[in-house]
Parts: sequence; structure tokens; C-alpha cells
Amino acid sequence: MNKKVVVIGGGIAGMESSAHLAALGYEVTLLEKTDKLGGHLLNWEKLFPTMRMGKEVVTFLNEGVEKGKVNVIYNAEILNTKEIMNGFSITLNNNIVLESDAILVTTGYDLFDASKKEEYGFGIYDNVITSAELEEKFMKGEKITTSDGKIPKRIGFVHCVGSRDEKVGNTYCSKVCCVTAVKQSIEIKEHLPETDVYCFYMDLRMYGMHFEALYRESQEKWGVNFVRGRLSEACENMDGSILVKVEDTLAGKPMKMSVDLLVLMVGFEPSLGTKKVGKILNLQFGVNRFFKTQDQHTLTNVSNVKGIFFAGSCTGPKTITNTITDARAAASTIANYLSGHDIHNRIMTSDIKATV
Amino acid sequence: MIEFGYNIAKDRQIDFDKNDKRISTYVRENEPSFKTCISCGTCTATCSAANFTDFNFRKLQLMVRRGETLEVKEEIKKCMLCGKCYLACPRGVNTRNVIIQINQAIEKIENHDI
Repeated sequence: MNKKVVVIGGGIAGMESSAHLAALGYEVTLLEKTDKLGGHLLNWEKLFPTMRMGKEVVTFLNEGVEKGKVNVIYNAEILNTKEIMNGFSITLNNNIVLESDAILVTTGYDLFDASKKEEYGFGIYDNVITSAELEEKFMKGEKITTSDGKIPKRIGFVHCVGSRDEKVGNTYCSKVCCVTAVKQSIEIKEHLPETDVYCFYMDLRMYGMHFEALYRESQEKWGVNFVRGRLSEACENMDGSILVKVEDTLAGKPMKMSVDLLVLMVGFEPSLGTKKVGKILNLQFGVNRFFKTQDQHTLTNVSNVKGIFFAGSCTGPKTITNTITDARAAASTIANYLSGHDIHNRIMTSDIKATV
Repeated sequence: MIEFGYNIAKDRQIDFDKNDKRISTYVRENEPSFKTCISCGTCTATCSAANFTDFNFRKLQLMVRRGETLEVKEEIKKCMLCGKCYLACPRGVNTRNVIIQINQAIEKIENHDI
């Protein structure tokens, strides 16, 4: 009889790991809380750094799930789990009871709620929007306008909204927002060549392959401007445009600037699903409230519970590329475990564990 | 003496080896959050004094770190201790207490206490 694996969460990580687990010969059930697979990827039109279409990646992931004959259960919610002989029994909302030899948790992230950062005026001023809302406009092919339908003459992008900010409780870097701002700036210039774009940043983290090239292209080809300073606040002018207050730290002076549209680059937070599933399965959370892996370098997919593994952004912010790689690594770690290796105790002593 | 029409300019480099870092050491010890500043400039953007004077808290903390004591003594007088910067700082630096500790350090240096 084939061994069974239940994967929780039908985003990028869940889809790609399911495909690989199926290819390794396991009987895979993929649980998805909504009625579609693809997660956040469904909301992004073009992807950094190549500007390829997000739906091409969705098609690739879908093909893996279909070819692997993965049993997908939509609208699934886990009510409880029980440990049974060498595995788990999982009860779902629709009275389905699943048995599995291993569980892979791929419950992902939610975007930061920008209204928590009240001083930037999201939800208060009409011309303050989030990066996700801008992407939705690109996705739907909507015109980029101010709230009263005018073409914006100047657009500002605010980096690190809900990331690297002790005042909202998120001290970590969300990793993808810097390059997303550069990507969206270029798209703005493609749509509206006459519009000036200003990015307000603390540090530009262009660590990925080709990220630096995209940053350079945004300056060289598209004339995007970068101001090194973090906004202290944004307020509304009489005409509905937004006045930002920032220090231009390289000029060494406070600066005020009006923009017709202000885009807040919202970061990652552990998803509601991550919190719920973690509680049900007794999983440990790290200092940043994402799942805690058993070792930062060597046991990146391993949880504190024997037989339960992680993949994707439920353990911390990740790019699509990193998520796909992580999903495959998790599949391979589970194969290792299911062929009898004591993966949870593979390292020698507890004092060499570097856990976050 | 022949007048050549020019002077030898004063060296404007930060002489890090020679500079007095006692204020920096004192503030680091008494307000450890000072160490976590990343020079983002939010403090200066929100600063009431910075709108009307050339006061710049971000620069001030850098001058403290570099031991540019003379500049620090002049600059710090412009702060009104309103505390807006403390509310805005993403690293949670207790900027108000940093100012208080810098003043204390200056006083202690003058009294030969440190």
C-alpha cells in the first residue's frame, strides 16, 4: 500500500510539493480552504524580475498537480487531528476523515493590513492605495488614475510598510517588496510615460539574481527616482493629492513632496491559516510568529512534531523562486522520513541547533 | 611675509582615531536602544524643530557615534524634547532619552566624571 501524505494549503508551495510527492509515488491529498488553487499568485499579473506572466507559473503548477493525480479537496477546513499509529487522522469540516503518514504544512502568509499604519493614511485618504491594489488594477487592465479619475502626474512608492517596523510588531524584512516596488514603478512608466515616480526607501535589498539589473533598468530606461528616507507621515492636500513628509537623508534635510497617488508596499505576515493550523497541530512559532523550523540551516522543512513538515512562506517571507525550491526540498525531506530515516534527530546535539 | 592669497584649509575629515567617543559610550550604556539606529530619517522627517532650524536628530546620533563632540554640543540645544521622533522610530529607539543621556554625558565630561 502506498504511503499517504496530506498537504495543507493550495498555494505555490502546496501545489509544487504535492506534484513532487506524487511523482515519488505517494498518495497525496491537497487541502485548500478556497475553491481555487494558486493562492496569492492568482492576484499578481507580472512577476519580478523577468516580467513574465504570473498565470504561466500557475499553469505550470496546475499541470504538476493534475499529472500527479493529486486528490484536491477544496473549501476544506481542518477541525481536528489525532496522532494514530505512525501517522495522523485528520477530520475536515465536511465530515471527511483522512489518514496520513506525514503532513506537510504550506499555509503561507497574509499581506500586512496597511490601515494599521495610520500615519500613512490608508483607508483615510482616497489616493493612498496598497501595492496589492495597484497590482489588481494591472491585472484587470484598469487605467491607473487618482480617485477622481485624473491621470496622476506624480506617484510615490513607500517601501517597508508593515516590515522592519517595531511599532507594528513586525521587525523582519519581507524580502519581496523592494523589487516589487521597482517592478511596479516600471509598469507605471509603461502605462503612463509622463508620470514621475518616486520610491522612498530605507535600504534597497536587491539580493536576487537579476534584481539589481531591474533596479538599474528602472533608473536608466524608465527614469524612476529613489529617495533614501522613510516617511514619517502622509496627509491630504486640499485637492486630494497626498503630501508626504520624509527626510531626504542623503541631502540631510527634511523634505515635503506632493504626490497624486501614494502606493504602500505592504509586507508579509503569518496567515490566519498558519496561526489556526499551528494551534491544531501543536506547532512551534518563532520570534516573528511564522513557524519555527528545527534548524535554520539544516532542518529548514522540519517541524517540532514528528511527521509534520513545512514548506513555503509559512516559515517566513519568500519569493516565488524560493518557495518552489523549498517545496521540492520539503517533498524530498518527507521521502527521507517515510523511508525510515530519523530526520527530526539527524543533528547530533541540541547545542548546535540554530533555531529561529 | 609674502601674501599668496590663500590659506591652508582646516582638515574637515572625521578623525575617528583621535575623536573623543565618551558620549557615544555613555549613551550606549545608558540607553541601549541607541545602538539600533539605521539612519532611516523618520525622526528628522517628523521633527518640529527640524522644520525651522537645521536640527537633525539622525545626523546628531551619527556625530555622537563618530565622536564629533563640538558639533554635538551645539546641535543638541535645538531639540525641544517633544518626543514625536520617539513615536515614529521604526527601531523603537528612545530618542528622547538619548538626548537626555547626551546632555548628561556632556555635563559629566565637563565635571571630569567620565
